[in-house]
Amino acid sequence: MQIQLNGEVRDLASDLTVAQLLEELGLAGRRIAVERNEEIVPRSEHAATRLADGDRLEIVHAIGGG
Amino acid sequence: MTDFFQDQPLRIAGRSFTSRLLVGTGKYQDFDETAEAVAASGAEIVTFAVRRTNLGQEAGEPNLLDVVPPDRFTLLPNTAGCYTAKDAVRTCKLARELLDGHRLVKLEVLGDQSTLYPNVVETLTAAEELIADGFDVMVYTSDDPIVARELERLGCCAIMPLGSLIGSGHGIQNPHNIRLIIEQAGVPVLVDAGIGTASDAALAMELGCDGVLMNSAIAHARQPVLMASAMKKAVEAGREAFLAGRMPRRQTADPSSPFAGRING
Repeated sequence: MQIQLNGEVRDLASDLTVAQLLEELGLAGRRIAVERNEEIVPRSEHAATRLADGDRLEIVHAIGGG
Repeated sequence: MTDFFQDQPLRIAGRSFTSRLLVGTGKYQDFDETAEAVAASGAEIVTFAVRRTNLGQEAGEPNLLDVVPPDRFTLLPNTAGCYTAKDAVRTCKLARELLDGHRLVKLEVLGDQSTLYPNVVETLTAAEELIADGFDVMVYTSDDPIVARELERLGCCAIMPLGSLIGSGHGIQNPHNIRLIIEQAGVPVLVDAGIGTASDAALAMELGCDGVLMNSAIAHARQPVLMASAMKKAVEAGREAFLAGRMPRRQTADPSSPFAGRING
């Protein structure tokens, strides 16, 4: 399946959960937040949230800014 | 503050703060410099931006939140770079998730890339939506007193008019408008943006501002850590001068030494 991840197209194995994707990206346990199709996916639901073809995913973190 | 006088704390959204200087974390050379400057500023409220994670990053790459840990600072996620109410609201929700339910945010919705002037129409829309969703909104806005009054009426917990354009270092261009905003406000007013040097920060406080927020004035100084220390003192000096009340201005001179008893009398 294909999703948009931080604005870029990515091909992923189907049936992947948000938690599994974060693991693959090396982001498990890091201070990040996830939004899927403009809705927050709370940390507590990462393991239960299955990605679907066409999903638009944003993974963000804190950076310096004023 | 001096030891013979105890100021009231700055109260924002039910929390109390001793420091009236709020600082950003952008434009520093590295995290070490960020940490040293934040420490030298004495700031308790520290703002940061929310951006897409670099997906190629190393697992051990340092994180800003290790430099300004949430258990030591009151973190103020901002919506810098947002040009619509929708993007600003999304960013605040991501920040709340990032910080485990944190409600305090700095809302800014920009209108133009070259001036970074606030789009007050989008700002008002976003403020209303965020407040309805339970956020405590400190809002960056123009120095228009009517817009400031509307933002307060919507429930913003602090009004933060610009002194001049973001990152310009032009200081406070319209102190009279800042005064008008302060005089009518029932919530803290902080000058956010435009501070260039210590005297600008002191002026903001002498006008009666409750605090000052800055980033570039410290980060882009030749010696950022030293400037952070200067800004700490300037905000404290300006605050004390405001509370002390300045002397009246006079048209003519008034000698400080007595007239009587002069040897040439």
